[in-house]
Amino acid sequence: MGLFNYWTVIVLMMVGFYTVIARNNLIKTMIGLGIFQVSVFMLYISMGKIADGTAPIRVQPSAGHEAIYSNPLPHVLILTAIVVGVATTALGLALIIRIREAYGSIEEDEILEMDRNS
Amino acid sequence: MILLSLLVATAVAIILLRDLFAAVMLSGIFSLLSAGLFVVMDAVDVAFTEAAVGAGIATVLMLGTLTQTSTRERPAPRLDWSALVVVVLTGTALVIGTLDMPAYGDPTAPIHQHVAPAYIAQNVGKQSGRSETDDDDFQGHVPNMVTAILASYRGYDTLGELAVIFTAGVGVMLLLSGLPPTAGDTPETNPAESEAGVDA
Repeated sequence: MGLFNYWTVIVLMMVGFYTVIARNNLIKTMIGLGIFQVSVFMLYISMGKIADGTAPIRVQPSAGHEAIYSNPLPHVLILTAIVVGVATTALGLALIIRIREAYGSIEEDEILEMDRNS
Repeated sequence: MILLSLLVATAVAIILLRDLFAAVMLSGIFSLLSAGLFVVMDAVDVAFTEAAVGAGIATVLMLGTLTQTSTRERPAPRLDWSALVVVVLTGTALVIGTLDMPAYGDPTAPIHQHVAPAYIAQNVGKQSGRSETDDDDFQGHVPNMVTAILASYRGYDTLGELAVIFTAGVGVMLLLSGLPPTAGDTPETNPAESEAGVDA
Protein backbone atom coordinates (compact mmCIF):
# COMPACT_ATOMS: atom_id res chain seq x y z
CA MET A 1 0.00 0.00 0.00
CA GLY A 2 2.90 2.31 0.74
CA LEU A 3 3.68 3.20 -2.84
CA PHE A 4 0.34 2.34 -4.43
CA ASN A 5 -0.57 6.01 -4.88
CA TYR A 6 2.60 6.76 -6.78
CA TRP A 7 2.16 3.76 -9.04
CA THR A 8 -1.40 4.68 -9.95
CA VAL A 9 -0.20 8.18 -10.68
CA ILE A 10 2.45 6.71 -12.98
CA VAL A 11 -0.16 4.61 -14.78
CA LEU A 12 -2.26 7.73 -15.32
CA MET A 13 0.78 9.61 -16.51
CA MET A 14 1.57 6.90 -19.03
CA VAL A 15 -2.03 6.84 -20.30
CA GLY A 16 -1.72 10.57 -20.96
CA PHE A 17 1.71 10.11 -22.52
CA TYR A 18 0.45 7.40 -24.86
CA THR A 19 -2.44 9.62 -25.95
CA VAL A 20 -0.03 12.45 -26.71
CA ILE A 21 2.42 10.44 -28.80
CA ALA A 22 0.19 7.83 -30.44
CA ARG A 23 -3.02 9.68 -31.32
CA ASN A 24 -3.27 11.68 -34.50
CA ASN A 25 -6.25 13.76 -33.52
CA LEU A 26 -5.07 17.12 -32.16
CA ILE A 27 -7.94 17.57 -29.68
CA LYS A 28 -7.29 14.09 -28.32
CA THR A 29 -3.66 15.11 -27.90
CA MET A 30 -4.70 18.12 -25.81
CA ILE A 31 -6.91 15.92 -23.63
CA GLY A 32 -3.97 13.54 -23.14
CA LEU A 33 -1.79 16.47 -22.15
CA GLY A 34 -4.44 17.41 -19.58
CA ILE A 35 -4.40 13.88 -18.12
CA PHE A 36 -0.62 14.03 -17.91
CA GLN A 37 -0.73 17.39 -16.13
CA VAL A 38 -3.28 16.24 -13.57
CA SER A 39 -1.24 13.15 -12.81
CA VAL A 40 1.83 15.30 -12.14
CA PHE A 41 -0.24 17.46 -9.79
CA MET A 42 -1.39 14.34 -8.02
CA LEU A 43 2.18 13.12 -7.59
CA TYR A 44 3.10 16.35 -5.79
CA ILE A 45 0.00 16.38 -3.61
CA SER A 46 0.56 12.71 -2.65
CA MET A 47 4.01 13.61 -1.39
CA GLY A 48 2.59 16.37 0.80
CA LYS A 49 0.07 14.15 2.57
CA ILE A 50 0.80 13.09 6.14
CA ALA A 51 -1.10 10.12 7.58
CA ASP A 52 -3.78 11.30 10.04
CA GLY A 53 -3.03 14.86 9.01
CA THR A 54 -5.61 17.51 8.32
CA ALA A 55 -5.89 20.21 5.68
CA PRO A 56 -3.38 23.01 6.33
CA ILE A 57 -5.96 25.40 7.68
CA ARG A 58 -5.38 26.45 11.26
CA VAL A 59 -7.76 24.94 13.77
CA GLN A 60 -8.30 26.13 17.31
CA PRO A 61 -5.86 24.14 19.47
CA SER A 62 -7.80 21.89 21.78
CA ALA A 63 -6.37 21.11 25.19
CA GLY A 64 -3.37 18.80 25.11
CA HIS A 65 -3.87 17.94 21.48
CA GLU A 66 -1.74 19.34 18.67
CA ALA A 67 -3.21 19.10 15.18
CA ILE A 68 -1.08 17.52 12.46
CA TYR A 69 -1.17 19.49 9.24
CA SER A 70 -0.31 18.09 5.83
CA ASN A 71 2.53 19.84 4.05
CA PRO A 72 1.14 23.06 2.53
CA LEU A 73 4.11 23.75 0.25
CA PRO A 74 3.17 21.38 -2.64
CA HIS A 75 -0.34 22.82 -2.56
CA VAL A 76 1.05 26.29 -3.14
CA LEU A 77 3.16 25.17 -6.08
CA ILE A 78 0.38 23.16 -7.71
CA LEU A 79 -2.12 25.98 -7.34
CA THR A 80 0.09 28.00 -9.65
CA ALA A 81 0.64 25.05 -11.99
CA ILE A 82 -3.09 24.43 -12.52
CA VAL A 83 -3.70 27.94 -13.76
CA VAL A 84 -0.62 27.86 -16.00
CA GLY A 85 -1.88 24.51 -17.34
CA VAL A 86 -5.21 25.92 -18.39
CA ALA A 87 -3.47 28.88 -20.05
CA THR A 88 -1.38 26.54 -22.19
CA THR A 89 -4.49 24.47 -22.98
CA ALA A 90 -6.27 27.59 -24.17
CA LEU A 91 -3.34 28.49 -26.40
CA GLY A 92 -3.16 24.97 -27.80
CA LEU A 93 -6.87 24.91 -28.57
CA ALA A 94 -6.58 28.28 -30.32
CA LEU A 95 -3.78 26.81 -32.43
CA ILE A 96 -6.02 23.84 -33.29
CA ILE A 97 -8.80 26.15 -34.47
CA ARG A 98 -6.28 27.99 -36.60
CA ILE A 99 -4.88 24.75 -38.05
CA ARG A 100 -8.38 23.53 -38.85
CA GLU A 101 -9.04 26.80 -40.65
CA ALA A 102 -5.84 26.53 -42.70
CA TYR A 103 -5.89 22.79 -43.48
CA GLY A 104 -9.51 21.73 -43.00
CA SER A 105 -8.38 18.86 -40.80
CA ILE A 106 -7.30 18.21 -37.22
CA GLU A 107 -5.64 14.88 -37.91
CA GLU A 108 -1.91 15.19 -37.59
CA ASP A 109 -0.93 12.71 -40.31
CA GLU A 110 -3.29 14.29 -42.86
CA ILE A 111 -1.77 17.68 -42.14
CA LEU A 112 1.77 16.35 -42.55
CA GLU A 113 0.70 14.69 -45.80
CA MET A 114 -0.64 18.01 -47.11
CA ASP A 115 2.60 19.71 -46.15
CA ARG A 116 4.65 17.12 -47.98
CA ASN A 117 2.55 17.42 -51.13
CA SER A 118 2.59 21.17 -51.28
CA MET B 1 -8.18 4.04 -3.61
CA ILE B 2 -11.62 3.76 -5.20
CA LEU B 3 -11.25 7.26 -6.57
CA LEU B 4 -7.85 6.38 -8.02
CA SER B 5 -9.28 3.32 -9.77
CA LEU B 6 -12.14 5.42 -11.16
CA LEU B 7 -9.60 7.94 -12.43
CA VAL B 8 -7.65 5.27 -14.27
CA ALA B 9 -10.86 3.85 -15.75
CA THR B 10 -11.91 7.30 -16.95
CA ALA B 11 -8.51 7.97 -18.48
CA VAL B 12 -8.52 4.66 -20.36
CA ALA B 13 -12.06 5.34 -21.57
CA ILE B 14 -10.94 8.72 -22.84
CA ILE B 15 -8.22 7.30 -25.05
CA LEU B 16 -10.45 4.53 -26.38
CA LEU B 17 -13.37 6.77 -27.33
CA ARG B 18 -13.73 7.91 -30.93
CA ASP B 19 -16.43 10.47 -30.18
CA LEU B 20 -14.59 13.64 -29.23
CA PHE B 21 -17.64 15.19 -27.55
CA ALA B 22 -17.87 12.26 -25.15
CA ALA B 23 -14.11 12.37 -24.60
CA VAL B 24 -14.29 16.05 -23.65
CA MET B 25 -17.14 15.37 -21.24
CA LEU B 26 -15.19 12.51 -19.70
CA SER B 27 -12.18 14.75 -19.28
CA GLY B 28 -14.43 17.07 -17.27
CA ILE B 29 -15.44 14.11 -15.10
CA PHE B 30 -11.78 13.19 -14.82
CA SER B 31 -11.00 16.65 -13.43
CA LEU B 32 -13.87 16.44 -10.98
CA LEU B 33 -12.73 13.03 -9.73
CA SER B 34 -9.21 14.31 -9.30
CA ALA B 35 -10.59 17.27 -7.34
CA GLY B 36 -12.25 14.76 -5.01
CA LEU B 37 -8.96 12.97 -4.66
CA PHE B 38 -7.22 16.24 -3.78
CA VAL B 39 -9.71 16.71 -0.93
CA VAL B 40 -8.89 13.22 0.33
CA MET B 41 -5.21 14.19 0.26
CA ASP B 42 -5.90 17.35 2.32
CA ALA B 43 -5.29 19.76 -0.54
CA VAL B 44 -8.57 21.66 -0.38
CA ASP B 45 -7.30 24.78 -2.16
CA VAL B 46 -5.96 22.70 -5.01
CA ALA B 47 -9.25 20.80 -5.14
CA PHE B 48 -11.45 23.80 -5.66
CA THR B 49 -9.07 25.33 -8.17
CA GLU B 50 -9.05 22.05 -10.09
CA ALA B 51 -12.84 21.81 -9.94
CA ALA B 52 -13.29 25.37 -11.17
CA VAL B 53 -10.47 25.56 -13.68
CA GLY B 54 -10.04 21.96 -14.80
CA ALA B 55 -13.61 20.74 -14.80
CA GLY B 56 -15.14 24.12 -15.62
CA ILE B 57 -13.08 26.39 -17.80
CA ALA B 58 -11.02 23.75 -19.60
CA THR B 59 -14.16 21.83 -20.56
CA VAL B 60 -15.82 24.99 -21.85
CA LEU B 61 -12.72 25.83 -23.90
CA MET B 62 -12.64 22.32 -25.37
CA LEU B 63 -16.35 22.47 -26.25
CA GLY B 64 -15.75 25.83 -27.89
CA THR B 65 -13.02 24.26 -29.98
CA LEU B 66 -15.27 21.34 -30.91
CA THR B 67 -17.88 23.69 -32.33
CA GLN B 68 -15.19 25.09 -34.61
CA THR B 69 -13.87 21.72 -35.68
CA SER B 70 -15.29 18.21 -35.94
CA THR B 71 -16.62 16.02 -33.16
CA ARG B 72 -15.56 12.71 -34.69
CA GLU B 73 -12.08 11.29 -34.59
CA ARG B 74 -11.02 9.54 -37.76
CA PRO B 75 -10.66 5.80 -37.15
CA ALA B 76 -7.02 4.89 -36.81
CA PRO B 77 -5.10 1.64 -36.36
CA ARG B 78 -5.97 0.22 -32.97
CA LEU B 79 -2.56 0.16 -31.38
CA ASP B 80 0.66 1.99 -32.04
CA TRP B 81 3.27 -0.54 -31.00
CA SER B 82 6.32 1.72 -31.03
CA ALA B 83 4.49 4.26 -28.86
CA LEU B 84 3.36 1.50 -26.53
CA VAL B 85 6.93 0.28 -26.10
CA VAL B 86 8.17 3.79 -25.32
CA VAL B 87 5.34 4.29 -22.81
CA VAL B 88 5.92 0.98 -21.06
CA LEU B 89 9.67 1.60 -20.84
CA THR B 90 9.14 5.09 -19.41
CA GLY B 91 6.58 3.78 -16.94
CA THR B 92 8.91 1.02 -15.78
CA ALA B 93 11.73 3.50 -15.29
CA LEU B 94 9.43 5.73 -13.23
CA VAL B 95 8.23 2.83 -11.08
CA ILE B 96 11.83 1.85 -10.41
CA GLY B 97 12.40 5.46 -9.43
CA THR B 98 9.59 5.36 -6.86
CA LEU B 99 11.06 2.34 -5.07
CA ASP B 100 13.35 4.68 -3.14
CA MET B 101 10.53 7.00 -2.14
CA PRO B 102 9.14 7.09 1.40
CA ALA B 103 5.74 5.46 1.82
CA TYR B 104 2.59 7.48 1.20
CA GLY B 105 1.65 9.51 4.29
CA ASP B 106 4.97 8.90 6.05
CA PRO B 107 5.50 11.88 8.43
CA THR B 108 9.29 11.38 8.42
CA ALA B 109 9.63 11.82 4.65
CA PRO B 110 12.32 14.35 3.63
CA ILE B 111 9.70 16.70 2.17
CA HIS B 112 8.29 17.29 5.67
CA GLN B 113 11.67 18.05 7.28
CA HIS B 114 12.90 21.34 5.86
CA VAL B 115 10.96 24.54 5.29
CA ALA B 116 7.43 23.21 5.66
CA PRO B 117 7.52 22.68 9.46
CA ALA B 118 8.86 26.21 9.84
CA TYR B 119 6.00 27.61 7.77
CA ILE B 120 3.45 25.68 9.77
CA ALA B 121 5.04 26.61 13.11
CA GLN B 122 5.10 30.25 12.10
CA ASN B 123 1.45 30.17 11.26
CA VAL B 124 0.29 28.16 14.24
CA GLY B 125 2.66 29.78 16.74
CA LYS B 126 1.53 33.29 15.93
CA GLN B 127 -1.99 32.25 16.75
CA SER B 128 -1.33 30.91 20.23
CA GLY B 129 1.18 33.52 21.38
CA ARG B 130 -0.18 36.52 19.59
CA SER B 131 -0.02 39.94 21.14
CA GLU B 132 -1.44 43.23 19.94
CA THR B 133 1.96 44.31 18.60
CA ASP B 134 2.08 41.53 16.02
CA ASP B 135 -0.36 43.29 13.76
CA ASP B 136 2.26 44.21 11.16
CA ASP B 137 3.06 40.52 10.68
CA PHE B 138 1.05 39.17 7.82
CA GLN B 139 1.23 35.53 8.83
CA GLY B 140 -0.77 34.49 11.81
CA HIS B 141 -3.75 36.48 10.68
CA VAL B 142 -4.54 34.15 7.83
CA PRO B 143 -5.84 30.80 9.03
CA ASN B 144 -5.24 29.19 5.65
CA MET B 145 -1.53 28.33 5.49
CA VAL B 146 -1.58 27.88 1.72
CA THR B 147 -2.73 31.46 1.29
CA ALA B 148 -0.21 32.71 3.83
CA ILE B 149 2.73 30.98 2.12
CA LEU B 150 1.54 32.01 -1.32
CA ALA B 151 1.35 35.64 -0.31
CA SER B 152 4.43 35.79 1.90
CA TYR B 153 7.01 33.63 0.16
CA ARG B 154 5.76 32.73 -3.28
CA GLY B 155 4.80 36.08 -4.73
CA TYR B 156 7.19 35.71 -7.65
CA ASP B 157 5.49 32.47 -8.69
CA THR B 158 2.25 34.33 -9.05
CA LEU B 159 4.00 37.09 -10.98
CA GLY B 160 5.44 34.52 -13.37
CA GLU B 161 2.03 32.89 -13.64
CA LEU B 162 0.52 36.24 -14.58
CA ALA B 163 3.17 36.65 -17.28
CA VAL B 164 2.29 33.21 -18.67
CA ILE B 165 -1.44 33.94 -18.68
CA PHE B 166 -0.88 37.31 -20.30
CA THR B 167 1.28 35.73 -23.00
CA ALA B 168 -1.29 32.99 -23.56
CA GLY B 169 -4.09 35.54 -23.76
CA VAL B 170 -2.20 37.66 -26.29
CA GLY B 171 -1.34 34.52 -28.25
CA VAL B 172 -4.95 33.34 -28.35
CA MET B 173 -6.15 36.74 -29.47
CA LEU B 174 -3.52 36.99 -32.20
CA LEU B 175 -4.24 33.46 -33.43
CA LEU B 176 -7.97 33.89 -33.58
CA SER B 177 -8.26 37.53 -34.62
CA GLY B 178 -8.29 36.57 -38.31
CA LEU B 179 -11.26 34.23 -38.05
CA PRO B 180 -14.39 34.93 -40.12
CA PRO B 181 -16.97 36.93 -38.12
CA THR B 182 -19.48 34.04 -37.99
CA ALA B 183 -16.99 31.97 -36.01
CA GLY B 184 -16.01 34.66 -33.61
CA ASP B 185 -17.61 33.92 -30.26
CA THR B 186 -15.06 31.59 -28.64
CA PRO B 187 -11.91 33.70 -29.16
CA GLU B 188 -13.06 36.60 -27.00
CA THR B 189 -13.97 34.41 -24.07
CA ASN B 190 -10.64 32.58 -23.91
CA PRO B 191 -8.31 35.22 -22.47
CA ALA B 192 -10.96 36.62 -20.17
CA GLU B 193 -11.68 33.22 -18.68
CA SER B 194 -8.02 32.43 -18.28
CA GLU B 195 -7.58 35.60 -16.30
CA ALA B 196 -10.57 34.78 -14.14
CA GLY B 197 -8.74 31.61 -13.15
CA VAL B 198 -6.06 33.59 -11.33
CA ASP B 199 -8.38 34.40 -8.48
CA ALA B 200 -9.09 30.74 -7.87
